[in-house]
Amino acid sequence: MAKIAAIPMILTALCVFVGGTLWTVVYSFTGSKLLPKAKWVGLDQYERLWNTNRWIVSIENLMIYGICSLIFSLVIGFVLAALLDQKIRFENTFRTIILYPFALSFIVTGLVWQWILNPDFGVQNIVRSLGWASFEFDPLYNQDIVIYGILIAGLWQGTGLIMVLMLAGLRGIDQEIWKASRVDGIPTWKTYIFIVIPMMRPVFITTLVLIASGIVRVFDLVVAQTSGGPGIASEVPAKYVYDTMFLRQNLAQGFAASTMMLLAVAIVIIPWAYLEFGSRKRD
Amino acid sequence: MSGNGATSVEIKNLDLSFGAVDVLKGLNLSVNEGEFLVLLGSSGCGKSTLLNCIAGLLDVTGGQVFIKGRNVTWAEPSERGIGMVFQSYALYPQMSVEGNMSFGLKNARVPKSEIKERVARAADILQIEPLLKRKPSALSGGQRQRVAIGRALVRDVDVFLFDEPLSNLDAKLRADLRVELKQLHDRLDNTMIYVTHDQVEAMTLADRIAIMKDGIIQQLASPGEIYSRPANLYVADFIGSPAMNLQQGRVENGHFLAGELSVPLASYSFEREVAGDVWFGIRPEHVLVGDDAAGADLELTVKAEVVEPLGSDTLVLTSVNGKRFWLRISGQSKVASGDSLRAGVNAADASLFDAGDEERL
Ligand SMILES: Nc1ncnc2c1ncn2[C@@H]1O[C@H](COP(=O)(O)OP(=O)(O)O)[C@@H](O)[C@H]1O
Ligand SMILES: [Mg+2]
Repeated sequence: MAKIAAIPMILTALCVFVGGTLWTVVYSFTGSKLLPKAKWVGLDQYERLWNTNRWIVSIENLMIYGICSLIFSLVIGFVLAALLDQKIRFENTFRTIILYPFALSFIVTGLVWQWILNPDFGVQNIVRSLGWASFEFDPLYNQDIVIYGILIAGLWQGTGLIMVLMLAGLRGIDQEIWKASRVDGIPTWKTYIFIVIPMMRPVFITTLVLIASGIVRVFDLVVAQTSGGPGIASEVPAKYVYDTMFLRQNLAQGFAASTMMLLAVAIVIIPWAYLEFGSRKRD
Repeated sequence: MSGNGATSVEIKNLDLSFGAVDVLKGLNLSVNEGEFLVLLGSSGCGKSTLLNCIAGLLDVTGGQVFIKGRNVTWAEPSERGIGMVFQSYALYPQMSVEGNMSFGLKNARVPKSEIKERVARAADILQIEPLLKRKPSALSGGQRQRVAIGRALVRDVDVFLFDEPLSNLDAKLRADLRVELKQLHDRLDNTMIYVTHDQVEAMTLADRIAIMKDGIIQQLASPGEIYSRPANLYVADFIGSPAMNLQQGRVENGHFLAGELSVPLASYSFEREVAGDVWFGIRPEHVLVGDDAAGADLELTVKAEVVEPLGSDTLVLTSVNGKRFWLRISGQSKVASGDSLRAGVNAADASLFDAGDEERL
């Protein structure tokens, strides 16, 4: 019964998502400008896309942000969780403080960090007023490192949730496992790496999904912190799509960029899903 | 059988507190080499805590622990020469059975050939050779516990510690593995310290049983001694199912008096002076029934209220002086509830306890 009841919703979802996706892909092969027009231009849009400096910078930024965000979120989240797991006092207080940024939207986070990293009001100003006059810390105004300024804000916002999830995962590990490994004489770090982390596989998959969704949403952060600047140094693909479609009225170019993003996601997801669910059946 | 008299594990004045809660207070215990010692007590009495102190998994608040004459109070668990088996098996789930047994050895840089030898030997003893390549998730509970025992075996240690290793298994498997553990002990001759709350396990496995209550050892003696001469009221009540029949009364002129009852105590061997109020206890299986009751120190007629046939024998619940009074009679006897029975009690089979400090008299 429940399955039958869900059919209309599933059908709608399929039509909207699959239909919308297909439509986007198809129209990326047209010369549509302000309005969609079925005037075929072959791969022209893609050629133009990959010859656009701004798109290349966007891709580079997303790669840097994605890889760093993945590594640092996992490492920092896990280390914080492992520290909190040592039965320290005031655990609840720490957990609340570290989780708090997650309650803020990316836009608010972006604004907060725009102030903190602003050379005239934030960290640089404070350190200088403490007497270190030559101190320089203005990542948001330096083309070479602006993406790391955004990364800091992203990590600050997202790591708390990762930590809480990892902490729950660590708490789920039977204490007797720890005792057994101590009796076996296995050092703590080895117990984490060879026994505990493999046992936390489901938690890691959940956190990976969350981190990935954070990477996709970096658009909001960029808009709030730098609007893609200085110059085009902190552009990201989603912003390229948005700007081309709605500011420069170049629909087909935006569709082409979207299709490339879809392709990239598919290249990551499909082999993973194949491994994950393919191997599950064999178990 | 139980060792050559040398001391294997010795605990002196051990204190352990969790914050303000004192779990163990000045506990002394000495375990002989090759002995099978069972720590028995109800849940929460501090058995696991004591075992963890011996293993070095808890830092003691005071006192000392010696293993084989060496003071190991502050030594790491892995350096104490102990192997441990847990209730939840605590196997490393991502490693094969072989991996579980060899991980500690690999980490201690034991040569490969020796690891192989030890794993093979343990697998042979425990008959788990066909399982070596499997993951723990593909094993039954009994097999998992066997692997956990194997992981302790390969460590080639003097002392094995077990924390309720059979409690997660179903009744049949528990009985089987109990026998295997006993055979294992006979074969290896290691010292074994075994924590359980199950008195059947304790009685069947132990060379000596230490009965604990609130972190204090109430009695440390052989199963037979604990059964027939419980050191205090708690032990008397704890051991035996159904529990010992108890009557409160007083001793006057060499007789135990309670309500209508009067039992001459001439045949009871007192351990200390009798003074006033006492508890009188008799085990259900020591109550004589029918013709056997004739000539006993106390003869009385009781009415069967509940009859529980167990096959080999039958339990009959009656009441004496308004208190529950269990009898254990042969499984062949035909008794129905409502029947009147003649029962007899001999003071020689009984246990007397002081009503004040509850110690054996
Ligand atoms: N880590 C701990 N922190 C605080 N109290 C504990 C801890 N571990 C055990 N206790 C307390 O110590 C007492 C003895 O526990 P334990 O040794 O586990 O009992 P058991 O005899 O059932 O094995 C219990 O009252 C328990 O609540
Ligand atoms: Mg316990």
